[in-house]
Amino acid sequence: MVAVRIIPCLDVRDGRVVKGVKFRDHRDMGDIVELAERYRDEGADELVFYDITASPQRRSVDVEWIERVAAAIDIPFCVAGGIRDVVTARAVLSAGADKISINSPALERPALIAELAEACGSQCVVVGIDSISEQGRYRVRQYTGDPDNMVDPRTDTERWVVEVQRLGAGEIVLNCMDADGTRSGYDVAQLGAMRRLCQVPLIASGGAGEPAHFLEVFETADVDGALAASVFHSGHIPIPGLKRWLADQGVVTRIDSTISETETAAGVG
Amino acid sequence: MNVVIIDTGSANLGSVRHALTRLGVVADTTCDSSKIAAADRVILPGVGHARTAMAELERAGLIGLIGSLTQPVLGICLGLQLLYESSSEGDVDCLGVIPGRVEPLNAGEGLRLPHMGWNQLEWRNNNDPLARGLGPEAWFYFVHSFAAPVEHAVATCCHGDEFAAIVRYRNFAACQFHPEKSAAVGARLMANFLLESRQQEPLTCS
Repeated sequence: MVAVRIIPCLDVRDGRVVKGVKFRDHRDMGDIVELAERYRDEGADELVFYDITASPQRRSVDVEWIERVAAAIDIPFCVAGGIRDVVTARAVLSAGADKISINSPALERPALIAELAEACGSQCVVVGIDSISEQGRYRVRQYTGDPDNMVDPRTDTERWVVEVQRLGAGEIVLNCMDADGTRSGYDVAQLGAMRRLCQVPLIASGGAGEPAHFLEVFETADVDGALAASVFHSGHIPIPGLKRWLADQGVVTRIDSTISETETAAGVG
Repeated sequence: MNVVIIDTGSANLGSVRHALTRLGVVADTTCDSSKIAAADRVILPGVGHARTAMAELERAGLIGLIGSLTQPVLGICLGLQLLYESSSEGDVDCLGVIPGRVEPLNAGEGLRLPHMGWNQLEWRNNNDPLARGLGPEAWFYFVHSFAAPVEHAVATCCHGDEFAAIVRYRNFAACQFHPEKSAAVGARLMANFLLESRQQEPLTCS
């Protein structure tokens, strides 16, 4: 059975990994490749790199660091931020990313999702959705990478979740903004509601603070993966321990089988 | 060792090349038929749509060549599917190396498509050269919505339907998952392929 995915999200700004709280006050967390390698070694199932400056500044993503990451790590990774056309998407994928994630540009022009799915295949088109609870409804937010430029696209999250799948999204990452940065748990009510509308994989984002929050989101909201940043970057939740604990609780989790060094094919060339 | 990656124009070529580099092998990515024919090992990667990939191979004039190769060949993901006679993805004729047709995965109730993520294999032939050092506990990374039948499978996987995860037919082997993205176990599988003896070639391909 396919395992749930534990996905560290690395926010990238100017070639460095940074982290803010509620999308503000970014602190430097380290070099991209060093952190990527650390997470691979710890058993992360996938990585997401989010270029937090590219989208609000309408800059395209820089592929140089993507190539460095692709040369270094052997687990799948997704690149988000600043991808707003097929040419850029192809460049990011050719540089070695497995998936591209689009958020604000998809709201600007929903046909972009279909164009990317047609050109690159649905399986590498992820749509990120930033969602906020507002007067008893879930509403989408745009340009959340920069609080001063944030826009209300006047869209219900439910409607958008259905629409992006119709257009060809192969996966949805739902970032619940009310929970983001709080470390008080994923928004399982919202994620569960969206799960029922979602035929493609759904990834939870925002609010992880304790291992129990991961168990809760997998058991209650039936998501396919859970994304987190600060609890992993700070070492508050070590991934190997988290995955072993989830496996002990009966969650289907990838525990890396060890292959002894002498068994690997050193000197193949 | 002279390893070539067939340039199918698909997006994961760089990842396959990087994985080989990590194993100490510098591979040429090419659609030059003489280079492909002369290689010790040939890798047929691919992501995306079967019809698009077949059109690319047709344009490069490689369709007849691939089926006639006698050295060990490894198909990856869509590369596995292209080795079959046909695919219902775009209802397209494929390379016809392995009998059978690729069909949409029937995931069933509560399972998502694409089948995206890490999954385990059920080995049907533990003695296959690709199986060395890899037990049933090993996890591999899959991303696909179409799959091949289990008839020639060395290992199978389940996502609703059971499907071929690793196949072997004559000098052709292929995996539905992405070994280049499957961490240490994937690297081991690729190393197993590189170390595979040419004597594995059966006598039928004269």
